[in-house]
Amino acid sequence: MATLKVNDINKNFGKTEVLKGINLNISDGDFLVLLGPSGCGKSTLLNTIAGLETANSGDILIDDYRVNDMEPSDRDIALVFQSYALYPAMTVRKNVTFGLEQRKTSKEKIEEALVNVSNLLKIDSLLERKPSQLSGGQRQRVAMGRALVRDPKIFLFDEPLSNLDAKLRVEMRREIKKLHQKLKTTIVYVTHDQTEAMSLGTSIAIMNHGIIQQCDSPKVIYDKPQNVFVADFIGSPSMNLIKGKIIEENNNLFFECDSSKNKSNIPLKNYKFVQNKNLKDKSVYFGIRPEHIYLSQNSDQSFEIKLKSELNEYIGHEQIITFNFNDQEILGKFSSSIDIPGNQEINLHFDLAQISLFDQKTEERI
Amino acid sequence: MVKNNLKFEQLETASKKKKIIYRWILFLILGIFALYYITPLYVMIVTSLKSMEEIRTGNLFYLPKTINFDSWLEAWRGQLVNTTSGLKVDAGNVYLKNYFWNSVKMVVPAVAISTILGALNGYALTKWRFKYDNIIFLLFLFGTFIPYQAILLPMARTLGVLGLSNSITGLVVVHVIYGLCFTTLFCRNYYVSISDEIVRAARIDGAGFFKIFFKIMLPISLPILVVTVIWQFTQIWNDFLFGATFSFGEAAPIQVALNNMVLTSTSVKRYNVDMAAAIIAGIPTLIVYVLAGKYFIRGLTAGSVKG
Repeated sequence: MATLKVNDINKNFGKTEVLKGINLNISDGDFLVLLGPSGCGKSTLLNTIAGLETANSGDILIDDYRVNDMEPSDRDIALVFQSYALYPAMTVRKNVTFGLEQRKTSKEKIEEALVNVSNLLKIDSLLERKPSQLSGGQRQRVAMGRALVRDPKIFLFDEPLSNLDAKLRVEMRREIKKLHQKLKTTIVYVTHDQTEAMSLGTSIAIMNHGIIQQCDSPKVIYDKPQNVFVADFIGSPSMNLIKGKIIEENNNLFFECDSSKNKSNIPLKNYKFVQNKNLKDKSVYFGIRPEHIYLSQNSDQSFEIKLKSELNEYIGHEQIITFNFNDQEILGKFSSSIDIPGNQEINLHFDLAQISLFDQKTEERI
Repeated sequence: MVKNNLKFEQLETASKKKKIIYRWILFLILGIFALYYITPLYVMIVTSLKSMEEIRTGNLFYLPKTINFDSWLEAWRGQLVNTTSGLKVDAGNVYLKNYFWNSVKMVVPAVAISTILGALNGYALTKWRFKYDNIIFLLFLFGTFIPYQAILLPMARTLGVLGLSNSITGLVVVHVIYGLCFTTLFCRNYYVSISDEIVRAARIDGAGFFKIFFKIMLPISLPILVVTVIWQFTQIWNDFLFGATFSFGEAAPIQVALNNMVLTSTSVKRYNVDMAAAIIAGIPTLIVYVLAGKYFIRGLTAGSVKG
């Protein structure tokens, strides 16, 4: 149970800057997910918090105490690794208790903690086995047990589920969530899987090129992405970004698509602009998620448009249709129970309450 | 369709025939090589079991008429001669017994020390980052290319300064130093394949450099330790040059004694005793291979293949 502050962390490996001025503020009991594509620096950040890497500048504070110069073992953190990193030659029991033994904890206390954790994670029947005799899911549990048994201030997870198969991953995800609800420990969790991030985190920090692009609750990140990168990264399929510009007609703002043949300008009068200077004639991306395109009107801010369907991808519970919008591809996501004809003009409704606009130059939300 | 089937049948018989021919060519070549390798061993064993009389009159490849181990005993503990005080070993006679134990006393500590230091080096070079670690690794790599002959003189001088010349301890030192580059290289290549995350987990658990090595790394190093032990054992046990250069007389290892024995026979060459002695000198390496051979292959390929 602790707070974690990351103040202006910079880190380079040789000439490559991996972390560029990272700031994070995690309150007690928070579940922060670091999300980003591979190579964005999220694991380096986690290792820096753990003390396995040293930052070139900046501070790490746990419970407002500067831990920069402390050994990983003295920071009272626990790290669950992607490869589980169990000690191959030791039994599960030894694996779990190794950390406590290093800390010269009394035998009775170790036994008590071991019993608690093995019951909690349902590994009590595996205690005498070696890691090689465990399945992937069991190894994952043992790795978590090893972290839990020390009752650390902060849990760090480094892509703990990415070595599991799809079904097990969903199961373990739920268990981690339950565990957090039960224990209410502060957690920092690194992943590149947006579903994991959305479902687990109380807040998500999206990273790219060593910079935090947006740090917010999952809902804000999904509804109001801060920039084009976030908009594109979150959601599957990702948000449609239509190139065009903002125009003014009769004192009302409209979005005009590039190479617009049929003057189907989209009204923006209900859009909440972050700032409303110099909007006129600005080149922008008009962002709408595939799931916010409907076949019938279901919102008072609906915008009706006729588009030609070009491609149908059936995925079982849903279908993804590619439409042609003034020679730009846009995707729509619909329930698979509806029959949508191919190569035909179809009446669609854009839910304008759910759109985002980004400046083409800065790629920031406007 | 019919036409096609016919063609396939022809192709099938042709490829079957080809397979059989290739198989026989393969066996023939393998057989020749096997024979080539096994003949000297056969001659050694057969000759060591014959009497001198039989060797002189018979053919090299004939089996012995009667099996007797007299020449083995002679090679081991010397030729007994009649003296006034009964049967005794001739004073000028060279035999292997003492030198065999010399070699054991040299090889056991030399192998143990160089293997454990090599493992420690390999672990430090792969699992810990320190300044100039790459350069140090390159120096180790470079060390494996240094030929024996190049270090003879400096080593002789060093041993002299240390007061270790003509002693078994001196030979242990020489072999540890010379072998360290190889053992380090072997172990480094093995540890590179072991996940760094294990070491990180142990660091977070609160274990230090040596604790991680002894408690976590060493228990999973058996395959590579076997490889280094076999390699070092073979190198050190079979070494002649260092033994001949840095020791003489009573402190010499078995290979030097074997050489002296074969070369310094005053009277007639006793081929049977020479052969027996050569086999005795080779038996320990043979035993090590038989005991640890299966790990040897496994360890050599470890690290090159994942999983």
